[in-house]
Amino acid sequence: MTKSELIEAVARQSEITLDRAAIVVNAVFEQMVDAMKRGERIEIRNFGNFTVKHYDGYIGRNPKSGDKVQVPPKRLPFFKSGLGLKEMINGRR
Amino acid sequence: MTKTDIVEGVYERLGGFSKKEAAAIVETILDVMKDALTDGEKVKISSFGTFTVRAKKKRRGRNPKTGKTLEISARKVLTFKPSQVLKSLLNS
Repeated sequence: MTKSELIEAVARQSEITLDRAAIVVNAVFEQMVDAMKRGERIEIRNFGNFTVKHYDGYIGRNPKSGDKVQVPPKRLPFFKSGLGLKEMINGRR
Repeated sequence: MTKTDIVEGVYERLGGFSKKEAAAIVETILDVMKDALTDGEKVKISSFGTFTVRAKKKRRGRNPKTGKTLEISARKVLTFKPSQVLKSLLNS
């Protein structure tokens, strides 16, 4: 399922136009991205939580040439699925 | 940020809906995604990331408290892979 398929399904089920559905779907993900940019944790009950992890920079090596390379510090998003969704996926609900 | 905050933002951005309607549509979005994942389908949201259901085989594990060996049953897990766009947004 892609974002456009999600938008189509939402428009159908909520009986709203495709344009409106697209605005809502985009608004949801844009807000989540903004929260992550602020380093905020996102909690969606029965779905899961997103957290942003910080990694320090380090000196790595190019495995092919063996050259030293400076890997800069970075932030990465992490997702942990919620209990309800975990159970659904495993067919326990 | 919680679901309530997301609903609030959707409501502010979108005229012509009550808060209740905005909440119902956000709930529908999550339900559609959950249904697809429950069917084992991938959900790919461009410039955000991809949710994938992966099957894990049964394996032997250990209870870290008691040290006893036990079998961890086969199960499905949900993973999220952030898109390149999201990764660069978090690091710009």
